[in-house]
Amino acid sequence: MELSLLEGNEAVAWGACHAGCHFFAGYPITPATSILNTMLRILPPTGGTVLQAEDEIAAMGYCIGASMAGLKVMTATSGPGLSLFSEHISFAIGSEIPLVIAEVQRLGPSTGSATRGADGDIQFMRWGNSGGLPVIVLAPVDVKDCFTLTMHAFNLAEEYRCPVFLASNKEIGLTRESVDLDGLERPTVMSRLPAGEDIPFFPFKPLPHKEVPGFLPIGGEVPVRQTSSTHGAEGYITIDSNEIAATIQRVKNKVETHVDRFSFAETLIEPDAETMVLTYGVTARAAHAAYKELKMVGRPFSLLVLKTLWPVPEDLIRKETRKAKRVVVVEMNLGQYVREIERILKDKKVDFLGQMDGRLISPDQIKEAVYD
Amino acid sequence: MTSLLNKSRPPVFCPGCGYDLILHALDKSFQNMGLQGNQIAMVSDIGCSGLFDTFFNTHALHGLHGRALTYAAGLKLARPELQVVTTMGDGGLGIGGAHLLAACRRNLDMTLLILNNFNFGMTGGQFSATTPPQATVGSGFLNALERPMDAGTVVAAAGAPFVARASAYQKDLSALLEQAIRFEGFSVIDILGVCPGRYLKQNKLTPKLIDQILRESEPLDGCVTKNARSEYGRCYREQAARQKVASPPAKVVPRFDPPQSGRQEVIFLGAAGQRILTAGEVLCIAGLTAGLKITQKNEYNITVLRGPSISELILSPEEIDYTGIINPAVVIALAPDGVTRRKDMFAQLNQNTLVLQVSGVKIPSTQAQVVPVDFKAQGIKKSDWALAALATLAGMNKVLTCQMLDAALEERFKGDTLKGISELLEKVMGQK
Repeated sequence: MELSLLEGNEAVAWGACHAGCHFFAGYPITPATSILNTMLRILPPTGGTVLQAEDEIAAMGYCIGASMAGLKVMTATSGPGLSLFSEHISFAIGSEIPLVIAEVQRLGPSTGSATRGADGDIQFMRWGNSGGLPVIVLAPVDVKDCFTLTMHAFNLAEEYRCPVFLASNKEIGLTRESVDLDGLERPTVMSRLPAGEDIPFFPFKPLPHKEVPGFLPIGGEVPVRQTSSTHGAEGYITIDSNEIAATIQRVKNKVETHVDRFSFAETLIEPDAETMVLTYGVTARAAHAAYKELKMVGRPFSLLVLKTLWPVPEDLIRKETRKAKRVVVVEMNLGQYVREIERILKDKKVDFLGQMDGRLISPDQIKEAVYD
Repeated sequence: MTSLLNKSRPPVFCPGCGYDLILHALDKSFQNMGLQGNQIAMVSDIGCSGLFDTFFNTHALHGLHGRALTYAAGLKLARPELQVVTTMGDGGLGIGGAHLLAACRRNLDMTLLILNNFNFGMTGGQFSATTPPQATVGSGFLNALERPMDAGTVVAAAGAPFVARASAYQKDLSALLEQAIRFEGFSVIDILGVCPGRYLKQNKLTPKLIDQILRESEPLDGCVTKNARSEYGRCYREQAARQKVASPPAKVVPRFDPPQSGRQEVIFLGAAGQRILTAGEVLCIAGLTAGLKITQKNEYNITVLRGPSISELILSPEEIDYTGIINPAVVIALAPDGVTRRKDMFAQLNQNTLVLQVSGVKIPSTQAQVVPVDFKAQGIKKSDWALAALATLAGMNKVLTCQMLDAALEERFKGDTLKGISELLEKVMGQK
């Protein structure tokens, strides 16, 4: 098999281009910069736009403008930049603007350690917006996932018209890996649904039997209104409480009620195992190594690797953990996603292994946590 | 021509507000230019200036305070044919300062109207970036402590090629707006007006006084000659079309057998400037030529030419799960920086590990098999030591073979660079 060498960040960029991304704006930040660099190599010669923004707020603003003009857009950052993204994440959620955010996490808090990995922003991605409405967060495990999940992220952003995060990590983004390019899973590319022929055009009126409005671009034939203010179907400010409630509920439901359709995960069930390890991101690799080693010595555990983190794929988690008596959640932080698992699996013993010191959690640590 | 004002949403500015005059002047300019609503995007942010987009039957994008210019740029780059007009108050001017400067430096073909009424109208008349220090405002004494900024001078200094000052009350405002919109590049007009709802309650400001302010300011009435240059979008598209299409990552044909079976872990302990990552990449490619799976995980400080540089590689016939080093086959000690960073590792190594110790680099005591190398004595530059270490390993048939190394160098380097490196490494291999 002919293999190629690729960093996770490069794979994100190639995945974005395969998904139809035509606009990228970003502010340089370790460990996400090589996404900007790679987009700069790929997009301009093919007619796409890459902009180096003056800050992360602007990077998101440029993306919002270009997305509303009809382009598929992406930005990339790390924790300190995600902090600055916040106001525009809220805008994109509330005003249903498709965009993809690759977040290559580094050790926080704050400026933290630029070149050390972590999964410390898992709750921040979900809740770092005003209003608390949902976003979609996908978590790659390796370089292959960086490519495929980025393509999924674009499809989901288009389909559900919301920001979609790729929760990467320095340990994936900057790790170079051998990949069989021809063997990569490439989902069918999807684009946002266009509006019907209705005149006048109501930018926030859901399509018939859908929860998502049809899209017309700013700059097209029909004048289009976009606003960050609380709006009705026409895109003007509304003070009608019923209309407000219905729109907000719709924006919540359109993402949350369909999570079963995009609950990406990998499960390895061991029939005799009482314990299941639940993890995500780069830590899944150590968990898989531990799984193989313990199975070999006749002390197996089951393994659930989540690749959709938000909305929480509750049905999938309940189904896959059905036979487990105990679930050990392992993550590169001091306990973030474990809160969701505790909330969902009230009838099970939920244990936690976390670490936040810039080092990978090792297979030995996971083995110990399983049989301590 | 027909007005583009939105008949179902008439303006709701306070009686006597200067913004009302600007609104009608802008509509007149659009009519005069024969523009249709779908040819224009009105972009705005927070505050009374943010009401503008709702009063026009055009495309509209209303967003967060001070960020309007960022949306405008995204729209303009995606739709170069669109007339993009941004309205921003003196509040947006302050909070969006970084975006204003960036827009001036970039020079996209769009227009910014600063609707300057010297205070925050909507939140209670607090001072803005343009409030005179003697004004009585909603921020108590704080206003007197700060110096107002002259938007026109600032944007001209930042590179805007079209800058004008205007009064909301001047008869020919519409003609000036049209001139700005027609200008190919970033055009800015700082339009002074009164805020009857807030500012006038405690301060005196009249159209006559505004005229006086304008007379006393450094004149700015359109093209700024020193900033004249090509428009950004045009330049971007020209430059972009000249870029070489990026090739997808190269595929490496497996053609050799690796010298050892099973997972091989190699760790380079070096310093910035020793081309550790490049040597790691060469070893990766060498592994691919033997059909192995590879991971390369690097550790370095953000300082470019100082500090440790560490590269951890795994070469394995099996899929690689954990990317950390568990039981290294080879440790390459190239600099004290890297060795110090991983000093605890040495005590845990056993006899199966080979340590290549470059002369002069001290290592902690270890059970591993230590092989000293003296690249300096061989006349090899420090920046080539990491690559030289690969040649040493190949000469020992450890982790990689000479064939694998040669093939990897050919994949990674071209021309004279390849020749230079190959000669250098042959020297190392020859001496082994």
